[in-house]
Amino acid sequence: MRVADKGLVDRSKPVRFSFDGHSFEGLAGDTLASALLAHDVRFVARSFKYHRPRGIMGAGSEEASALVTVGSGGAQEPNIRATVQEIYDGLEARSQNCWPSLNYDVLSFNDLFAPFLGAGFYYKTFMWPKAFWERVYEPIIRRSAGIGALSGTHNADQYEKAFAFCDVLVIGAGPAGLMAALTAGRAGADVILCDEDSVLGGRLNGETLEVGEMAGADWAAGAVAELGAMKNVRLLPRTAVTGAYDQGTYGALERVSHHAAAREGRPLECFWRIVAKRAILAAGAIERPIAFTNNDRPGIMMAGAVRTYLNRYGVAPGQRITVFANNDDAHRTARDLVAAGVHVAAVIDSREAAPQGDGYEVISNAQVCGTEGRKGVEAVSYCRANGTVDKIQSDCLAMSGGWNPTVHLTCHMNGRPNWHGGIHSFVPVPGAIPGLEAVGACNGAFSTHRALVEGAEAALRALGEVGLQGQKPLVPQAEDARYRIAPLWTVEGKGRAWLDFQNDVTVKDVRGAAQENFRSVEHMKRYTTQGMAPDQGKSSNVAALAVLADATGRGIEETGTTTFRPPFVPVAIAALGAGAQGKGFAPERHTTSHAESLRRGAPMIEAGLWYRPSYFPALGERTWRQSCDREVNMVRNAVGVCDVSTLGKIDIQGSDAAAFLDFVYANTLSTLKPGKVRYGIMLREDGHVLDDGTTARLGEDHFVMTTTTAAAGQVMRHLEYVHQCLCPDLDVAMISVTEQWAQFAVAGPKARDLLNGVVQESIDAESYPFMGCGAVTVAGVEGRLFRISFSGEHAYEIAVPARYGESLFKLLVGKAEALGGGAYGMEALNVLRIEKGFITHAEIHGRVTAEDIGMGRMVSAKKDCIGKTMSERPGLSGPERAQLVGLQPVGVVKQMTAGAHVFPLGAAPVRANAQGYITSACFSPTLGSTLALAFLENGRARHGEEIVMVDHLRGVTTRCKVCDPVFFDPQGGRVRG
Amino acid sequence: MRIKCPLCGERDRREFYYVGDAVLIERPDAEAGDQVWDDYLHNRDNPAGITRDLWQHEGGCGAWIVVSRNTVTHETLGVELAEARARKIGRGAS
Repeated sequence: MRVADKGLVDRSKPVRFSFDGHSFEGLAGDTLASALLAHDVRFVARSFKYHRPRGIMGAGSEEASALVTVGSGGAQEPNIRATVQEIYDGLEARSQNCWPSLNYDVLSFNDLFAPFLGAGFYYKTFMWPKAFWERVYEPIIRRSAGIGALSGTHNADQYEKAFAFCDVLVIGAGPAGLMAALTAGRAGADVILCDEDSVLGGRLNGETLEVGEMAGADWAAGAVAELGAMKNVRLLPRTAVTGAYDQGTYGALERVSHHAAAREGRPLECFWRIVAKRAILAAGAIERPIAFTNNDRPGIMMAGAVRTYLNRYGVAPGQRITVFANNDDAHRTARDLVAAGVHVAAVIDSREAAPQGDGYEVISNAQVCGTEGRKGVEAVSYCRANGTVDKIQSDCLAMSGGWNPTVHLTCHMNGRPNWHGGIHSFVPVPGAIPGLEAVGACNGAFSTHRALVEGAEAALRALGEVGLQGQKPLVPQAEDARYRIAPLWTVEGKGRAWLDFQNDVTVKDVRGAAQENFRSVEHMKRYTTQGMAPDQGKSSNVAALAVLADATGRGIEETGTTTFRPPFVPVAIAALGAGAQGKGFAPERHTTSHAESLRRGAPMIEAGLWYRPSYFPALGERTWRQSCDREVNMVRNAVGVCDVSTLGKIDIQGSDAAAFLDFVYANTLSTLKPGKVRYGIMLREDGHVLDDGTTARLGEDHFVMTTTTAAAGQVMRHLEYVHQCLCPDLDVAMISVTEQWAQFAVAGPKARDLLNGVVQESIDAESYPFMGCGAVTVAGVEGRLFRISFSGEHAYEIAVPARYGESLFKLLVGKAEALGGGAYGMEALNVLRIEKGFITHAEIHGRVTAEDIGMGRMVSAKKDCIGKTMSERPGLSGPERAQLVGLQPVGVVKQMTAGAHVFPLGAAPVRANAQGYITSACFSPTLGSTLALAFLENGRARHGEEIVMVDHLRGVTTRCKVCDPVFFDPQGGRVRG
Repeated sequence: MRIKCPLCGERDRREFYYVGDAVLIERPDAEAGDQVWDDYLHNRDNPAGITRDLWQHEGGCGAWIVVSRNTVTHETLGVELAEARARKIGRGAS
């Protein structure tokens, strides 16, 4: 019911929204919760386990009951707290965890079986048969117990992430936070002020308290206006700080456009990482419920929330309101209601020395012991000290068991809060988060005056620590009432009394945990699931601890708390991972020939982040094998062109460059003459092969190293490591030039003919012998030419600055086609190299030594190098190791597969008998046979022997003959031709 | 976590590549023997307290750095260029 002349909502701006298909009108400034309460809608949800009717309990992000689903389709968002969701025109919200409807929920029969469904029931009952758990029991339990669900379809909503830095981060914009921000802002500090609410001011907006002789809300609005005008202050409303991390880093979730009908290009949410030199935590406190029988009915709310609905939203959540409390603070609720003309049935105060009522009846030394009303509270029973029970007709019960400081953030780095006997709750330990100071209610200072003073003082200290001079502000006049409370956690009685409303955990469950000897608070939590719902037990944790402490005969202090972990409020994975979908997750690297390759119909294959053409289908070819075989034949008989730009290229210069290369390569590079290229292998320090590639000496002090595509980044890092950490005084510098040069292999008997039609210089056997290199000019562009071969053919690689790559590729392919050749892709490249026994990372996979791949003699005896000492360890060479061999099929079955294991003839194909494995396999059109490269124990001594390869995954068994890994042209005549 | 690169200033740890114990700088001589090489390459302490780790500012200037930090409190206590450290122990030219 809306109350006249109350609230900060804009009565001139009606807003239409719907809940469960019914259309409602609210006001600008309403949350879904306040707008529903204004229409006397109390019953909005079904509980997690028992499907009990639930209403709206609170008015903030700690809400444990009123979870709804907003939106539909891919954008559907479950478990939205109605108390946080601002309404906008067209907002569609629905109740959840009920079927067919909120009113007639089939699974509410769970509530009748409640005596059997206590904590631990599932574990004890569905033990047998074991196999049923996953297939039968769990799916049923998951369907019947639960909260909202995702749509299961792709969510097209945009999320964003952002980084921010500041001198002082103020978390919470209540009186303490505003005072701190004002003090720091006026001194010129770079301030960020975050508050999870849409309107800054904290409790000042929900109370009738005065600050500086004006309404608290007005003072807050004035402070916000002053802060908003400061260039050095950034205000982040709707932003919950979710976690405190190392070195002053804080996570924060901003709800950017949840409250707006039109997104206007804005993201839905933004996840911030804020790095602050100092932080002031002014997070306030959360009111805690009292556990009594049937304390979960719709209409039973927190006393502070009732004040908020009245004072901020102009809504009375009932017409006859009863207050139940153990502290003075809740009497404010009664006073505010009476002042607004709302009938207060009674204030039931558990204390003997309860304050006098001011226009309302106070029943002291009494406790609420039960409620009536199936879908909303209708009557409240209370019990006096003498045992008499009376009943009050009431449609709303405002309860307060006291306030818990919001200590969460102060515990995110392993800290545990201290028990404070004066307020009967936990308070932060100073210094638990380096650079963060807690002030105000979250520090246990519950009066407005103390909040303002602590905020100002903490800001002055923070200013000093960041090297700024602050001015002690005039702290405005405000109430400084003593917080008077007598602890009351539970009211004994028959029936269930809820502690954790969101996970349906009752007093009996916690006592049951203690009885079953789950006495540690962490065990109790896991046994009962108390505090494990999306609200993380914000309002229930302390009361549950108190019940456990009582059941185990310990004090609350000794019982301790469970671990507080980020995030403080639920954060969508989409917000945490913003920007990391699709190409944001795996960016695509394209070569300069990419567009032309696609134009020629080449399917692309991923090589790390690179995209490379698999093959170039010709007219009439229907399978990849047809194209691949043709391309292999083309290279062997005419000429082929292949983009090899993805190989890592590292430019290395300096007077010690040659000495440096001798140290990183196993073989010697310093003896290489300018104008020559040499193959090299690089070891890891543990003696295994890291990478291989060619290095060209362009000048006395200038080398260009190529790495494999896969290891380009790793090798670059390794070279910098070796230089900076092991030999920093060597005069050498290196830089990756992979993306600066486009490089193409031109391979085949007609390669030289092709190049002579492209480069200005004349290429012949003398100017470019095998492994020669030099500068060339292509259509006026300076390029480089290397006579190297990964196919075993007479071949070159020609490089030009990347901006000319596309035109050079087109030119080369055009010329090749005129000579009976053309472009070839990765499939053909792979076949060509297997035919020649050339290795890739399929072979040098990190567990092989130079000796294993037949390159043991490349590890120079004349010099030290990375990995040399450890490569000489026993067990890294010798006949017991699997060595690189070739395999060819000899039986009826010709198929050989990479990954298959090899066994001696006649041995059972089991792990104990395996003698090695196949690393690469292909069909060779050149030799008309399948070929495989494999590692085989003592393989080099077993050429000619027959073995069996077995692929258990694909069900292939093939008899094959061991041979030299170089299948084709073993003398290497073609490459020199 | 934030790391103060000696060349670039304080940066988010996501810009850095982590390797492990900074003992990697102290590469033994080839003839130092199996035990020394084993210790250098494989044997690591796992202290609850202060460690010295090798990181590379890969997403920045490329410098290799030695970061001293406390594994219990996550404080970073000091940062120095790996090359400065290498020179200090007389490994300038390997």
